[in-house]
Amino acid sequence: MLRRIFPHPQLTLMLTVVWLLLVNTVSPGNLLLGLVFGVAIPVITQPFWQKRPVIKRPLRVVEYMALVIWDIVMANVVVAYTILFKSNARTRSAWVRVPLDLTSPEAITLLAGTITMTPGTVASALSADASSILVHCLDTDDPEAVRDEIKHRYERRLKEIFE
Amino acid sequence: MIETALTFAVTCFALALVFNLWHLARAPGVVDRILALDTMVINAIALLNLYGISQGTPVYFEVSMLIAMVGFVSTVAYCRFILRGNIIE
Amino acid sequence: MIEDATLIAEVVVSFLLVVAGLFGLVGSLGLVKLDDTMRRLHAPTKATTLGIGGVLIASMIYSAVFLDRLSFHELLITIFLLLTAPITANFIAKSYMHRHVDEADLPPTEGPYGWAVYDAVPEDERPIDTK
Repeated sequence: MLRRIFPHPQLTLMLTVVWLLLVNTVSPGNLLLGLVFGVAIPVITQPFWQKRPVIKRPLRVVEYMALVIWDIVMANVVVAYTILFKSNARTRSAWVRVPLDLTSPEAITLLAGTITMTPGTVASALSADASSILVHCLDTDDPEAVRDEIKHRYERRLKEIFE
Repeated sequence: MIETALTFAVTCFALALVFNLWHLARAPGVVDRILALDTMVINAIALLNLYGISQGTPVYFEVSMLIAMVGFVSTVAYCRFILRGNIIE
Repeated sequence: MIEDATLIAEVVVSFLLVVAGLFGLVGSLGLVKLDDTMRRLHAPTKATTLGIGGVLIASMIYSAVFLDRLSFHELLITIFLLLTAPITANFIAKSYMHRHVDEADLPPTEGPYGWAVYDAVPEDERPIDTK
């Protein structure tokens, strides 16, 4: 029964918070309206996503977010340095294949997003059976090191969170 | 001090928009044009927010929120059209 | 005491605005300067997120300290842009690969199937819809 009313509890919470941010005031009326949206939208859209993503360790999510935000700031500095002070001829771009141990679609999506936002790498494509991910590096001397860093720094943590 | 910083930031983003426009005109292919348009949207959001700070009204945030959404959807629609030949299957 | 706090807020807001402006400019400069589309893709997706983020956080602090109005709108736009930037970058990369990159130039997948832009797993054995 509870599962029928709240098919996605996290989505309910998120929609309520987003509604409060959108109207920009926290008042009982807005909280109630947000909750109405938060309950109604998951119930109506239930047929579109029947599976729930499982988050095994919610606390690790906070750690992961802090790590990624820090890496985004560093990524900006690194890319700005490459743009400003390296000539095109000295920039060595490369395609890198990163084999994936993750299997859940949510985890792979998060990993691809993280790769794109962090230093000098853009996640370009998945292999058709989702067993590896193709990454483009802006400037690297050692493609293997890039691959190992992605696997160790992000994929390991995502695996702990989701699997 | 904030006025000076605001002027500086507005100048930077305006210059960035000029770069984007230049790239939009000169780009070698359609994918580059999409990229230039996407960057233009992001810079326009920044400019709108800066104007909102200088005027002291929250109205411009709603505008930039809408532009952010429209920009994202249009970029995805362009790319999907190139990739698949249609947008909604 | 209050004047000190205002001064600190002023310095922080100005600093954030200047940094944001510089990063926004560098991002668009990269768009013009770099010489290959895949390289150009790096500049706007990264440099502009910090540009926008700086402007939005500056505006949050500004309206909280100088206009006495707590505002979390900006947070929403920042999160929205952080979530959508990788998706647009991925779409643009895939469009570019679809039109201009030969599969032979890419590293092999070392699996039974190729990259999703060029290859597809038959409908009945598909684990994830990758296309």
